Parts: sequence; C-alpha cells; structure tokens
Amino acid sequence: MRLTALLMTVLSSGALAEDFVRLPGQPAFASILRYAESDGKVSIAPFQLMTRPVTNAQFLAFVVKHPEWRRGAAPAIFAEPRYLEHWSGPLLLGDSAEPEQPVTRVSWFAARAYCEASNARLPTWSEWEYAAAADATRADARQDLAWRDRILRWYAKPSNAAIARVGQGVPDLHGVHDLHGLIWEWVDDYAAMLVSADNRNQADPDLLKFCGAGALDTNDRENYAVLMRIAMLSALEGHDTTGNLGFRCARDSSEDSP
Amino acid sequence: MKRTLVLLFAALAVVFPQTLPAADLQTIPENSVYRFDAVLSDQSGNDFHLGERRGRPLLVAMFYTSCRYVCPLIIDSVKGVEHALSETERGRLGILLVSLDPARDDTAALKSVFDKRKLDATRWTLARTSESNVRTLAALLGVRYRALADGEFNHTSALVLLDSEGRRITSSDALGATPDAKFLAAVRNALEIPAK
Repeated sequence: MRLTALLMTVLSSGALAEDFVRLPGQPAFASILRYAESDGKVSIAPFQLMTRPVTNAQFLAFVVKHPEWRRGAAPAIFAEPRYLEHWSGPLLLGDSAEPEQPVTRVSWFAARAYCEASNARLPTWSEWEYAAAADATRADARQDLAWRDRILRWYAKPSNAAIARVGQGVPDLHGVHDLHGLIWEWVDDYAAMLVSADNRNQADPDLLKFCGAGALDTNDRENYAVLMRIAMLSALEGHDTTGNLGFRCARDSSEDSP
Repeated sequence: MKRTLVLLFAALAVVFPQTLPAADLQTIPENSVYRFDAVLSDQSGNDFHLGERRGRPLLVAMFYTSCRYVCPLIIDSVKGVEHALSETERGRLGILLVSLDPARDDTAALKSVFDKRKLDATRWTLARTSESNVRTLAALLGVRYRALADGEFNHTSALVLLDSEGRRITSSDALGATPDAKFLAAVRNALEIPAK
C-alpha cells in the first residue's frame, strides 16, 4: 500500500519524463582514439540520446518497479557495497540526494538494467564522444581552445562540492545538456577502449599481433578532458560505483520513443 | 502509458519462460556469476541457464570460432589444464567457452569446432548467447574485448576458474599447452573433495 502511494507520487511528477533527442551521426567522426586497424575515423549512425543524465527521481522510480535493483537487494556481483549509499534508504532519497540531481553511485550493470527497462541502452563510447564534441552552435567544437579550457575547468574543481541539478544552463546544438561539467558517465563498451593483449609473449608474437593487438593511439593529445574520461572508464569494473559517475541512455534512431 | 504497459507485458512474455525461479536465484551466493540469469545455447543447439553449471568447479573463457590465432590457443590452454589433471580430477571439472561473436558463431560453427578439436562432451560446452549477454558475462568474468571493423575481436584471453557456486577463484592470462603452475594448482585445489 505504501509502495503504491509512493509509486503514484513518483509517477505523477512530470520530472520523470525522459527526453530523447535524435542526433544525426557522422559517417567519419574523428575519434580521439586511433586503433591500429583504423585511421581514427568511426562511423556513427543516427541515434537518440537522453537530453539529460538520469536523475535520482528517475532511478528511484526504476527501483520501485524493479525490486531486484534496490540497494541491499542487488547482489554484490552486480553492484558493490557503495551502490546508492548516499540515498537515505533503498526507496528514500533523503537530504543527500535531490530528485533532480543526476543519480550517481550506480554500477554499469545497474545503469544497463535501467536503460533496458526504458527500452533503451547505454550509448557506446563513440556515440558519447561524438555527442560531447558539440557546443551550443557547432557539432564539433573540439578544436576551439576556449571550449577546451571551459571544459577542463570543471575537472579542476574539487569533487566534494554538491553536484548541480541536471539540465541547468544552455544545451548544445542538438539539445543535449550536461555532457561536460556535471558528472562522469558510463558507456556500454567502457571495458573495450584500451583492450590490449598481455599474452603476446606466450607464443609467436607476430602471429598473436593479428588477433591480440589492441594498440590505440590518440589523435589529439591536447584534448585532456576526453582523455581523462577514457582513462577513468578503462580503470573501472562493471560493479564499481563512484560519487560522480552516472549515466544517460541512448536508442537506435529507428526505434520510436514509447 | 498504455503502450508502455503493452510493451512491458510483451517484454515479460518474452523474458518469463527464460528465467530461473526467483527462489533458486536467491540461493546462489551474491558474489556468484550465476546470479546472472542468462540463457545460453550449446554446440548441439540446446538451451541452458548459466546457473545450471552450478555444482562443480568451472573453467570459463570467451572465444570466437573465426579467430585464427589466439582462440585456438585458448582451447589448447584449457586442454593443457585438462591433461595435467588426474582422471578423477578431470571428471569433476566443467569447461565452458562462450562465443564473443554470436552473429557469426551459430550452432553449426560451434559444433564444427567442437568436433574438429575432439572435445569431451562430458565436460566441455561451447556456447553462444545474445550480444547483450556476452557483454554482461564478459564484464562479470573480467574479460575485455572490442569488435574490430574487419570482424575480428581484440580481447584479453583469461581463463577464469569458478568454484562450484560460481564464485571467481582466480584467472590466468597465460596461453599455451603448458598451463601456468599457480593456476593449475588452484584448479586442483578447487577439484579436491572437501573433507567431511
């Protein structure tokens, strides 16, 4: 009964609406990652991206509907002990987690489950990188030094300050908010970016390079902000959570919004 | 809203027959890989739940059949472990290789490798599952991989040892027919019948 009441409250608040926006994609996007087998160009198909990171209120509505993802119920293999630990209770945000702040302390498994429940998925790194290259007027502002400085300033801020609410400030030209300056975000292939084979010394190294060479080079060493993202994501395991790591969902563009 | 509900029920209808009873999942330790209720399909096309591997220690690795160099080595490595064990020890071990490439590794491809490599069906399973399950399983096992544009994959090639409850004991990145001594010792240890 109490649950039903709670569910009605969360469901009736307009804040739960998930806004997806279509991004046109790009046939040859210059990724900061240059893998050995490519020239650093990746093809980004059109896709939809949530205009804001998932909020505490939205994630609360998710765990109300999916008890297996509540704090204390989600098994350790999917979410470490710090999962949602800043919430007052498994179904209570409390003072340290405002409804409109982005949800953080969520594992990759939990983030994926949330997106799946929304008939969506996590964006890939390439999709995220492509989306995050935009500013208010340009689809790719990465060569603008002033833009880079503005982004880097966020990384220099101490991380103990309270996280702002989602969707403040000016969206980029696609209508997307908060790709920089608010939180770190999970991507579906977080584990894939720096894959390299550690076992080349086990047999003929020339042979193994074909199957095991995971070398990547960076096209753009000056773009520290994005490089930091890659380094951070690559250091994580799927059950990890951190106080400023959240997520947003994506969809293939052919799928209609429900 | 109505459409969402319809979608939800449609999703449930698809998912429901494939899930283990919740009560069974609850009896699995919470740090066990078997908490992931995935359905896989073996080299004969039979579906099974990952959790059905519970009950004996399991050697798990991820591979794909079109891989020319490292993947045959993964099978060699597992065979190396197999051969270093005594008959009794071998009989207690399960071996599961899951394809990273479900799009191309259909049942026939798995069956072909299974036969060509003369794998023992009493302990070996070559399996495929959905792409989404592959990513989840890889994350649970600590295997990192990336699909390349030409259809190959870059991947770390860990052999992962799970205990009979599906908890990770250790892993080995060493490839080749001669198993890593420490890893082999861990496998032996896991296969010992616990003293009563």
